[in-house]
Amino acid sequence: MNESLKQYFFRIGDSNLIIGQRLAEWCSKGPTLEEDVALTNISLDNFGQARILFSHIAELENNGKTEDDFAFRRNEREFYNALITERPNGHFGDTIARSFLFDTFQLHFYTELCKSKNEFLAGFAEKSLKEVKYHFRHTGEWIVRLGDGTEESKEKIQESINDLWDFTGDMFATDDNIDALTKEGIAPDYTLIYQKWKNTVNEVLKRATLTVPEDAYMQKGSLDGRHSEYLGHLLGDMQYLQRSYPDAKW
Amino acid sequence: MKEQELFEHKIENEIKIEPKDWMPENYRKHLQRQMSQHAHSEIIGMQPEGNWILRAPSLRAKVILLAKVQDEAGHGQYLYSAAETLGKTRDIYIEELQSGKAKYSSIFNYPTLSWADMGAVGWLVDGAAIVNQVSLQRTSYGPYARAMVKICKEESFHQRQGYEIMAHMAQGTPEQKEMAQDAMNRFWWPSIMMFGPHDGESPRSGNAMKWKIKRETNDDLRQQFVDKTIGQAELIGLTIPDPDLKWNEERGSYDFGTMDWDEFWSVVNGNGPCNKQRIEHHISAHENGSWVRKAANAYAEKHG
Ligand SMILES: [Fe+2]
Ligand SMILES: [Fe+2]
Repeated sequence: MNESLKQYFFRIGDSNLIIGQRLAEWCSKGPTLEEDVALTNISLDNFGQARILFSHIAELENNGKTEDDFAFRRNEREFYNALITERPNGHFGDTIARSFLFDTFQLHFYTELCKSKNEFLAGFAEKSLKEVKYHFRHTGEWIVRLGDGTEESKEKIQESINDLWDFTGDMFATDDNIDALTKEGIAPDYTLIYQKWKNTVNEVLKRATLTVPEDAYMQKGSLDGRHSEYLGHLLGDMQYLQRSYPDAKW
Repeated sequence: MKEQELFEHKIENEIKIEPKDWMPENYRKHLQRQMSQHAHSEIIGMQPEGNWILRAPSLRAKVILLAKVQDEAGHGQYLYSAAETLGKTRDIYIEELQSGKAKYSSIFNYPTLSWADMGAVGWLVDGAAIVNQVSLQRTSYGPYARAMVKICKEESFHQRQGYEIMAHMAQGTPEQKEMAQDAMNRFWWPSIMMFGPHDGESPRSGNAMKWKIKRETNDDLRQQFVDKTIGQAELIGLTIPDPDLKWNEERGSYDFGTMDWDEFWSVVNGNGPCNKQRIEHHISAHENGSWVRKAANAYAEKHG
């Protein structure tokens, strides 16, 4: 298959896979039973989206590889997920802040991707958008509740957002490959998505009586497969069985 | 009719007791204990399976397992709501769990040590739970009976999914086979002890049967489970770790060996490999979530 398209599918699929794995860590640890289920519902949607992309790659390549080869047999440097998705869960506020910043990105990204000239991507975006609208509503409401809840929660969620801010720029990063796809009308215009993202984030943080952090240095590297130390550990857990028993079928 | 007579009349005629009906204080207490114990089991049971979600060996297996554990959270929710109709809040039930006053099924005090344990838990533990829960669909307390009907549908999925994992592994590589048999060896006896002590030694059994909270005895339920499971094990080439197991033509059932009740009571009383871990996990999640719940309440108060 077309390498640049494959790379782009990984970019989208990997972010879903990695944040899905992070959210799954919440299972049996949520602040309420209802929230436990809500977080892992989002996780299930993320896994679902990753699987659609991975199995599509497998289908196009048609060389015996499956979705699982892509999830379980690639190394850290071959993953292209946005850096923010691999940040550790921290406390509930850290997780909500991470999800909110990423869900808002996905909301606008998929909205634009629906117009893609690549039919598969457009269809995928349309289906995923329905799910992401719910994710965004859920995490956005938590931002407002925590921001406008107690003194303690306000302080905590503000700090979570501040801490994650440096990792937001990387969601909008492009390279020659993506720029070319954008020219062809396959990938959306990332500057436009960034503008929409910024507006929505501003608006929600304002409703939450929180402060929008100043833009400082933005971390980057995920498009080259350069990640934080956290990703290796996440993959170590996730890939353990497939790596330990390469001949086994599960 | 007097209240007591009306209650007895309903029990006798298979009319469900509903939350607003008069009921003997001991009937209420028995249900509070049993239903909350059942709810706690669903919730604590999320942990041993949650232990493998991050390490599931395929994406398909991962989403099936995660969705299964979510179902268990849902079962806990139904059961807490049903138990709340008896006049105690979920918060109080949870306090009782965390203080050790309330119990949960002892099976969850065993660790899950390999992926095959996800098969064993689904197949054997959910399998044993189904036998019990199918019987409880006819329990005399309306909200409990209705919760069981809802739950049983999902449980049979869980059991099938667990069996599928086990079958797959039992027919896989030599290492997978070994994991499957090892899981079987570790989970078999605790699973059949899930039904509780022999009927003669089950202190509260008498009233529970009289009031039709319980519809079948522990030993009858256990026998049903053993009889339906042995064929399934043979079919996929697993050995039941019981040398005394044999078909009894006369009874039309399997005879099986003696259960280790010392071990059973020791685990019930807190000495299982994971008792402390399970409760500490629950308490720490609860405490870590406290500021979040406070914030949500404060927000709701401000904004109605
Ligand atoms: Fe259940
Ligand atoms: Fe279950």
